[in-house]
Amino acid sequence: MYKKAFIKTIPVLTGYVFLGTAYGISIKTAGLPWWAAVFSSIFIFAGSLQFALIPIMCASFAPLTSFLMSLIINARHLFYGITMLKRYLKLRHPWRDYAIFALTDETFSLVLEEPEKGLSPEKWYTTLSGMDHFYWVLGSLIGTIAGELITLDLTGIDFSMTALFTVIVSEQTSDAYRLHRAGKMSRQQFFFPTLLGFGATLLSLLTLGTGRFLLAAMAIITCGFYLDYRGSSWRDRQKEKEVSA
Amino acid sequence: MSRNQLLITIVIAAFATGLCRFLPFLLFGTGKKIPGFFRYLGDMLPRAAMAMLLVYCLKDLSFAGPLSAWAPALLGAAVSALLHLWKRNMLLSILAGTCVYMLLIRL
Repeated sequence: MYKKAFIKTIPVLTGYVFLGTAYGISIKTAGLPWWAAVFSSIFIFAGSLQFALIPIMCASFAPLTSFLMSLIINARHLFYGITMLKRYLKLRHPWRDYAIFALTDETFSLVLEEPEKGLSPEKWYTTLSGMDHFYWVLGSLIGTIAGELITLDLTGIDFSMTALFTVIVSEQTSDAYRLHRAGKMSRQQFFFPTLLGFGATLLSLLTLGTGRFLLAAMAIITCGFYLDYRGSSWRDRQKEKEVSA
Repeated sequence: MSRNQLLITIVIAAFATGLCRFLPFLLFGTGKKIPGFFRYLGDMLPRAAMAMLLVYCLKDLSFAGPLSAWAPALLGAAVSALLHLWKRNMLLSILAGTCVYMLLIRL
């Protein structure tokens, strides 16, 4: 079973060790201590957020911004949780709690497929999650050590964070575009979230400057979504789906 | 940020992340109906959050300055985006964009 799980996690292994290493190096080049990378990778275990926290960790203490950023960036996990709800609730404690804690984007993509018959779901889900968790911590550790040892000029390596988010936005946009073309997503649903994110953040940045604009951007995004939800066709489409399902 | 403030920031982020992961199981565990706004956010928020983070990453670009102040970042990002739309290989796209950026800032 462990061999099967290992083979299944190989794509995550390469991804996590690479990104984790980039994260560890970024932490070091930002002048932060090695344990900030390792503790974050063990206890937060959410790549996008950990990258986004680096500049915040370098600035003055901002607990509210850190908290709200974590919620907004990780809100997508609500969706993963809802998807895995029935299967994970059947697991026994403490395996269930660990599997929920470690449900990252990549692990979610692995556990979407149900375990083979004869395998204990507890063992299967925890092993996959644990292996991914280990790769991520390992990568971060390699990165902090590499950041310490490499004497090459690594200026600009922190651009990997910008590249990461650029790639995620491209992927999300092209996925949404496909859904839109297939008639499964309205034009408004396709444009609105990305435009709201860009618009709210640019507006806040241009009016408030680089210091405190994130809180304002998050407030605008939340209000925008609430207003859209109150008045939008999203609910009607969901109802249609439920009826047709 | 002092050492303790750094630790508290990590605890806050870990708590908020855990909250997002555990909330569906805590709230809707017993077969309750999942409120529409939650499902709406799960569907829509990821794209807005990542757009926000991208602007956040580029916040220090100054278009008033010389070419070297903004062109490397924009070109690096463009390489990552286009390569990703073409090949859909996350590592390759990130690596290529970062290398382009690191080269350009040394010119």
